[in-house]
Amino acid sequence: MSLFEILVSAFRGVTANKLRSVLTLMGVMIGVASVILLLAVGNGSAQEVKSAISSLGANTITVRASGMGGGGGATEESTAASTEKVITNAVSDALASAGLGHVASVVPQVSTTLTVSSTTVSSESVSIIGTTAGYFDVGTSGVGTGAAFTEADVAASEKVAVIGQTLASTLFPTGSALGESVTIDGTPFTITGVLENQSSTGTTDANSVVIAPITRVQKSFTGFGAVSTLSIEATDSDSVDAAEGEIEVMLNQLLGQTTDTATYTITNQSSLLETQEESADSFTVLLGVVAAISLLVGGIGVTNVMLVSVTERTKEIGIRKALGATRGAILGQFLAEAATLTLLGGVLGVVAALIGANYEIYGTQPVVLDYSIPLALGVSVAIGVFFGVYPAARAAAMRPIQALRAI
Amino acid sequence: MRLVLELDAVQQVYGTGEASVHALRGIDLTVEAGDYVAIMGPSGSGKSTLMNLLGCLDIASHGAYSLAGHDVASLSENELAVVRNQEIGFIFQSFNLIARMSALANVELPLIYGRVGRGERRVRARAALESVGLAGRADHQPQELSGGQQQRVAIARALVTNPTLVLADEPTGNLDNESTDDILDLFDDLAAEGKTIVIITHEDHVAARARRVITISDGLMVDDRLNGDARAKNTAVLA
Repeated sequence: MSLFEILVSAFRGVTANKLRSVLTLMGVMIGVASVILLLAVGNGSAQEVKSAISSLGANTITVRASGMGGGGGATEESTAASTEKVITNAVSDALASAGLGHVASVVPQVSTTLTVSSTTVSSESVSIIGTTAGYFDVGTSGVGTGAAFTEADVAASEKVAVIGQTLASTLFPTGSALGESVTIDGTPFTITGVLENQSSTGTTDANSVVIAPITRVQKSFTGFGAVSTLSIEATDSDSVDAAEGEIEVMLNQLLGQTTDTATYTITNQSSLLETQEESADSFTVLLGVVAAISLLVGGIGVTNVMLVSVTERTKEIGIRKALGATRGAILGQFLAEAATLTLLGGVLGVVAALIGANYEIYGTQPVVLDYSIPLALGVSVAIGVFFGVYPAARAAAMRPIQALRAI
Repeated sequence: MRLVLELDAVQQVYGTGEASVHALRGIDLTVEAGDYVAIMGPSGSGKSTLMNLLGCLDIASHGAYSLAGHDVASLSENELAVVRNQEIGFIFQSFNLIARMSALANVELPLIYGRVGRGERRVRARAALESVGLAGRADHQPQELSGGQQQRVAIARALVTNPTLVLADEPTGNLDNESTDDILDLFDDLAAEGKTIVIITHEDHVAARARRVITISDGLMVDDRLNGDARAKNTAVLA
């Protein structure tokens, strides 16, 4: 009996009782669909984290001033800190010119939150970032229209600024912001450029921001002295750890402190996000396990239906045995039926999952894992075989005379 | 002549101890190739038990049974399946065709278990259906056929493997008179072709067609005679 004939005869067995087969098959279908779909949801959220990593720039290391009471912004830090213990513009310049082998650039930042006004509109609580021209090269904070300010602007503390898209459209709803003037806390700034659209992470709108020369922001708002953040770019993504080590040694030297007494923290964006990615992966596994349980329940349904089928078809089993069917032939027949049933369920489950994956689920676009489809199909056949073994073995073990006597 | 069946002091006991039932209490029987034998007896006489033993559907508790040279008691479960497949063609009272399978597929079934290739299977199954006059009904399912037609499909199925022994259990029990005559004519033809037939029945007109009639009563053979032979060959072993 060829494989094809076995499948044809198994298919006939499955279609003999259509309603029951369809209901059983739905159990497997739902199980398979939920495995594929939930894995896809988990994978989708992991991929979102991954794309966040690449948008932040995998080479970036961030040094933050700490031990200053935290979170109060640069203004408080600069006034509270003793000069030799804080990271200043001078420390930043020293770090940049130290010739560290794995460091490509050092970009200092100060930040504060102020009200920004055009002649007609005001926008409150806008984050103001003071930085150097190098800021626009680190990560993906590129200028969309207009131009960034230059090192010369920084050196001369020019009153120029690059603003985010949201802010630009809020302040200048009718026309271009380029070349216009805005007032920040009484100081007029000329807008030289508007940022590209920034992907927002967290609660702040990355498109509602003013970026100005660090010297000007310090002079007008935060005061000279402390720098709140250093964004450091490693030469390549493999050098991030080495660069981090170099920075730490150099900073401790410059600030005259040890790692234990450090007044700063170093975070490596990619390693932070790797942790998030790991948690996203374990989330995927968790979802997969939950879905696998529903597949298991579907499998038990298969056992149940096959047991009913074996009982119903006792007479048929007797006839087949009388005609010379061996134990193995009967076992094979019922296993093939169970496997056909679950394979059909599996195929329908894959179709359902692929359709479902086109829709966003709780804000996550599912991304179907390539391996999950053959895996789910293989598992559904395996479930048919596994959960069909017991009913099939019962059928195969029947004694022909007893089976024939059944009505 | 060559012996197809050979039973020597065969007993069948169900249960143990006080509750045990002696369905067969010692049967000695030989059937030669080409013979047409009817086994008669009232219900409860043990003829169904004997039929199960002859068909290798059950194993005797005591005594020896040899079918076409096979010592049945010594065979494994799988070997018994092969013997049933190769040596015996079963015909049942209730036809026992498998529902939702065409007549042709039903006839092919023993060949599938006998590992006959697909092409040859088709040819042989069609030939068997033709020999019972149902060539035109090959694609009909059992429920679309009359009782007599179903029994003819069953006969085709029994013959398709060219078995050593055709074993029929009340083959006309569920049929009307006309169909009964058709089926019995078919058996006559088979006997004329030299098939060995054992038919179990409680109806005299069925037994009348056979060449030899054996009567069973209370688990013992009480009569064994040739039809048309005035001198009854009484071999009854009275306990």
